[in-house]
Parts: sequence; C-alpha cells; structure tokens
Amino acid sequence: MLNSLGREIPEYIEGIGKLEPFQGALTKLRKGWMDEPTIPAPNKAYLPHQSKLCNSLEEAILRSNPHNGMTVSFHHHLRNGDILLVQTLTILHNMGIREITLASSSLNECHDPILPYLKDGTVTRIYSSGIRSQLGRAVALGVLDIPVVIHSHGGRVRSIHTGKIQIDLTVIAASAADCEGNATGSHGKSAFGSIGYAVIDARYAKQVIVVTDNLVDFPCIPLSISQNFVDQVVVVDSIGDASKIATGTTRITNSPMDLRIAKLAADVIEHSGFFLPGFAFQVGAGGASLAVAKFIREKMKAKAIKGSFMLGGITSYCVDMLNDGLFETIFDVQSFDATVSNSLLNNRRHIEIPAALYANPFNCGCITNKIDVVVLGALEIDVDFNVNVITGSEGNVRGASGGHSDTASGAKLTVVVCPSFRGRIPIIKKRVHTIVTPGESIHVLVTERGICVNPAFPELEENLRRAGLNIKDIHDLEIEVDKITGIPAPLEYTDKIVGVVEYRDGTIIDVIHQLKEK
Amino acid sequence: MLYIPGNNPAMIQQGGVYGADSILLDLEDAVALNQKDAARSLVRNMINAIDFYDSEVCVRVNHLSTPFGLADLEAIVPLQPSAIRYPKTESGEEVAELLQIIEKIEDRHNLPHNKMTLHAMIETAMGVQNVFDIASKFDRVDAITIGGQDLTADMNIVYTPDGAGIDFARKRIVMAAKASHIDVIDTVFPDVNDEEGLRRETEYAKKIGFTGKAVINPRQIEIIHDIYTPTDEEIRKAYRIVKEFKINSAAGIGVFAIDAKMIDAPIVTRAEYILRLANVTVG
Repeated sequence: MLNSLGREIPEYIEGIGKLEPFQGALTKLRKGWMDEPTIPAPNKAYLPHQSKLCNSLEEAILRSNPHNGMTVSFHHHLRNGDILLVQTLTILHNMGIREITLASSSLNECHDPILPYLKDGTVTRIYSSGIRSQLGRAVALGVLDIPVVIHSHGGRVRSIHTGKIQIDLTVIAASAADCEGNATGSHGKSAFGSIGYAVIDARYAKQVIVVTDNLVDFPCIPLSISQNFVDQVVVVDSIGDASKIATGTTRITNSPMDLRIAKLAADVIEHSGFFLPGFAFQVGAGGASLAVAKFIREKMKAKAIKGSFMLGGITSYCVDMLNDGLFETIFDVQSFDATVSNSLLNNRRHIEIPAALYANPFNCGCITNKIDVVVLGALEIDVDFNVNVITGSEGNVRGASGGHSDTASGAKLTVVVCPSFRGRIPIIKKRVHTIVTPGESIHVLVTERGICVNPAFPELEENLRRAGLNIKDIHDLEIEVDKITGIPAPLEYTDKIVGVVEYRDGTIIDVIHQLKEK
Repeated sequence: MLYIPGNNPAMIQQGGVYGADSILLDLEDAVALNQKDAARSLVRNMINAIDFYDSEVCVRVNHLSTPFGLADLEAIVPLQPSAIRYPKTESGEEVAELLQIIEKIEDRHNLPHNKMTLHAMIETAMGVQNVFDIASKFDRVDAITIGGQDLTADMNIVYTPDGAGIDFARKRIVMAAKASHIDVIDTVFPDVNDEEGLRRETEYAKKIGFTGKAVINPRQIEIIHDIYTPTDEEIRKAYRIVKEFKINSAAGIGVFAIDAKMIDAPIVTRAEYILRLANVTVG
C-alpha cells in the first residue's frame, strides 16, 4: 500500500505486526485521541526497608528475570560515553539469553561492540531513534531478519504507552543516586544533565535498575527518576567515559560554510514574521544549527527582543542566553555539556522535562507544540521538502530521527540548514532515500547557495523576498548543485526491508531496503 | 576581496557563496613551489566552470621574474577574469612591460585591451616610492593594493598589530590612488580569530581612505562589509544633502545650509559617494 507521500509500505511485517501508512502530519491528531489503547504500567510491591542495593550489574540482572525474547531498554544521555548498554548485553549474552529486543532511545558509535550479538541471535530486534557507525552499516546490509524500527523521541513514548514496546528490563545510568533509586544526571563526576528520555522507561519497565558511580545519602535530589519506580540500585566505578559524556562548553563552529549558512538562517528567522517578543526557540547542537543561535542572540540583543523558552537538546550556549535574560525558561530533555548540568541543578528556570512532555503527540499538549522557531539539520532534502536524517547518501543507516519530526510538526517556522552538497554528494535530491520528516512540516531550507521556501507558505516567501534575501526555487537549486557535483549513480537495494521509519503518530512514513553490498 | 589558494579546488568551488565583492584566486604566495603548475591548471579550468555569483574574479599571478609568471599570464589572460593582480610592482616601467605582454597575449586570442584590468600590489619599499607612477599612468590599472607582510619583510621590520611600520606606506599609497581616482585595497589581517583586531584595523583603513580590504578567511567578510556599508543614518543624511543640492542647483544656488550647517561641493561629493555605495538614487 502507498502512504500519502507515495512510499510503498507493506501491510504487515513478521516480528513487527500490522502497519498503518502515514496520511499526513496532523491527520491522526485531529481526532483528539489515540485509536490504540494504552497499557497499564507494571504492578509492583516492596516491603518496608527492603534493600535495593546489588553488588554488581550482573547480580541485578540475575534478579530481574532475564529470559529469552526479553526487551531491554536504555537511554542515550551519556551519548558516545555510554558503557552500560554494551556491559548489559554482554552479561545477558554470557547468560545465554537470546532473541533480545533492544529498545535504546538512541544508538551511537560506542555501541558498536554489540555487533556480534546481532549476528549470533542475542539481539534480534531493535527499536531506536537513531543508529550509527558499524551498527548502522550492518543494519543497512541486513544483519537482522526483523527490520529495525526507527521512531522519534515523542513517538517512542507513544510506543511504550501502547505496548508496541513492552520493556522487561531498563538499565538507567545516573550520575547520582541513593539507595532507594532516586536518581539524577545533574550532578556527580559523570554528570550528563537531563535524564528526560529514561523517565518513561522507569515508569513502564517490568524491572528497573539504576546504575550509578556516585551513591549519595538519601534522598538524592532532584528526583529526576523517583524511587517508586526503581527495583534495584547498583554502584559501579564508572557509568561511562567521562571525556565523551559531557565536557566543558559547546563551541560555535569555525567553519566558514556553517557560519555562512547560519547567518542566512538567522536572517530568515529575523524576517519570517515569527521573530517577535515571547518567541519560543529550539536549535540543534551541531555545526550550522548551533551557530544560528549565535546570530539570533546578536539580533535579539540588537532589537531588544526577549523570548519565552528554549527547548530540546540544550547546550551551554542556550544556558548563556538564559543567563543573559534573552529567554525566560529552558525546557531540557537532553543536555550537551557540563555547564548545562550545573545550570539544570541550580537555576529554577532551567527545567528538566521527560520525553512525554517534550514531544509525545498523544497527550494534552507536548511542549514541541508551542515552538515558534526550530532550526534542524538534514542528511538529504528533496524538492518536496521531505527530509532524511537517518540514511546517508551511501545508503548506510547513520543518523537519528530524534526530535526532528516532533519539533518540525509543532513549530510555526521550521528551518532546515544544510550545505547544498557534502564532498561530492548533492544533499538536495529529487527524492530522498528515506523520509523521516514530511515536507509539509518544513517551511524553509537554507543552504550556502540560497534559500528555498516551501511553496505551501507563500506569505513567508513574500516576507523574505521583501527583506532582500536570496530566494531560489528548490528545483532550480537542485539543478544548480547537480551541475557542480554531477548526479551520483543510484544506490542498489534488494527487496528485503531492513528498517521501518515510524512517524511520531505511529504510522509508517517510509521503509529502508537492504543495501546491496559492493 | 577574498584570497583563495589556487590549488584548493574545494575552496575555489565555494568561493562565490560568501558574499565577497571580489574573489582572488591566488597562484603566488598561497601556492607551494611544487604546486604551481597544478594550481595554474586548476584555476584555468575552474574559472569559467564555477558560478561565483555576484563576486568579481581576479587572479594573482606570479611575478615575471619567477619561472612561473609568464606561464601564468599565458594561461589566465585568455580567460579574461575581471582583473589580474600583479605582485611586488615596483615602477611604472614594470607595469608598461607587463601590459605589453598581456596585450600581446590578448592580440593572439583576438581579445580587447580594455576589458580585463590590472591591480598593482605595492609590497616593497621601491614600490612605495614609485606608487604614483604605477597608479596614475595606465588606464588599465584600476586599483592598487598594499601587501603588508611582504612590505615589512622588504623593510626588514616586524609586522605589528598596530601597523606602525607600514603606516607611512599605507597613507602614501592611498594618496596616490586618490590622486589617480582608482580604488585602493588594504592588506589582509592575518589573525582570523581576532575579530576585534580586524574591526579596529579595518576602521582605521577606512578612516585613512582605503576603499576595501583583502581577507584570507570568509569569516572576515562580514566585519569588512559591516564597516564599509553606510549606515541607515548616513544614507538618509546623504539622500537629504543630494536632494537639497539638486533643488538648490536648479535655483542657481551653490552653497546652502541644512540644519544650520553649510553644505558645499565637497560635502555633496561625499554624499553622492555614500549613495553610490548604498545603491541609492535620488529622483
């Protein structure tokens, strides 16, 4: 069957179930409720003064009813410094547990060591917002029989509520925790800031293990994860590689290209009609995205504009803007450096939020619904403004859906920033390899060679033209870039589906086919 | 004016996207001796293949006293970039010889002698001494520039951030350009991370009469533009002066007052220059 973007979606996939095709970004939300029933959270009871402390992660796992076919979940706030996911799966592998469903909020390069477990049947299914590096390559080449499911951050919460992901065991890394399992990421030697993605796991997992390298006296404050959901607590020497978790402050890029794109994007925002007192803003942490914040900060100061809130993945740059009084509040679901942890801990206007509040479409209002302006990246974008942030132009799975479609869907102005080509590969395509965010949610593309406005938003185009910005038709820009780079030979795929890209409402926006190995 | 090493295809390819008024594809100091042929070939092939958008394209060739200068001219002149930039120009005679060679190449390719211009770089003490000859005698020389690093080397002094050692040269070169009614471009600011220093130096260059500044990194362009672009207030004031001047001229009045300040010919000339920079016409 075809979804509304013309992508062929199977009706059913063994191991995943019946699929529903994507029909538009807001189509399902217009009903006002979710068709799928929600499942109850686990039913547990503990005796007074019963100890939750375990001597080792292995002991905690042994007490957690490990079994074949279990679903194990993790959060990715430690980014590329995480070591617990690999340790946990190695313990389960050594116990002989097989057919595990891995449900990590994202997977990074540091998780490459689990690749042998995908090959030997220890892990047979994956739900994640992102997959990269060797794992991404292996998934693209078909290492698993059952396709991986790529979800957004908001969509993951929905999947847990509906029981699509039923977590048997979650392992939650915490930079500080007490003996009852009250836990946080906001202080301690391995501080990583917000622990927002793990909150839903703690609520719904049948077994919850908190792992910390910093056991503090009861109670551990703040209660980012609260003890009433935690089964066991493990103290270890280290929860991760501190140098890769969150260090120092995020620096603005020095790349002239990224700065050029960021400057143009800031000009777009300034003249869009949405750069107004009280505006809400989200910006990514990398390359051109963060650099947009630098230019917006200058423009806010110059025009004496004060915003309402910043949201999402939070950098020290966002914290500086809060401290400068440019925004009233930060809502933080994921933090990117050490300064952010300090702010999260000490500034009451810097608020830690769970993924459900951040971006779950099926509740009484997630905060992404209140964004005015969001700046997002892209691996590819097509002439219909559909965006791919999951598969690279070489066909590997190498990115993350993350909050891309969540924020794009909520924002009044979604700005995609990316170079028009990387290396020799054009980024603007007639058709992206994989759609993660539908073009209807994207208002404007900013590249170094020009600005393209989605024709669905003529008023925006008019505003930008009036400001003298260099607006190009996206079809013209695509041709212009092709002239520079040439048109790459198409990738070759088999009929086998190796990935299913879920839109935030649970419908299927695209599938990823197996890449033919050359 | 953005310098781009002539042997860097990625940078050449992106040269036009940064909004520089002019791109300078460099075959001289930015290119190592063993890369000279490759750079020449690359620039020759890319100069017409790449869209540099609104940026003018100039090429800095090697000096004719080197083994590369003539080959550079043979390769580049037929492509007729906006201008050839000639390094270490020391005298009017030298410019005359250079133009003779250029025009011979143009003749062989049936090209006019009045399309491509010449930018003479003043980078030696001798060049500074002879700058008025260089600037004033040739129609094709439409800009002169100062090369700070080479000039200090020639003078056996160290280049300092305050520019003390080249201050006399700067002012002499500016005066020669003004007397010849051609553009004059200031030297590069070498520390790309020192935005404040760049701003200070550019403001000074503008104050003493330079009409632009060369940059070695696209990140420096915005600061230069920021300083050289007239402010809204300057444009409004200039517009008012020129408009009043036209009204008064029509009535046969040469000198008049705005807000009790005398407006005469030099002030009108300056106002017209600001409006030209801002691309504003007075109807």
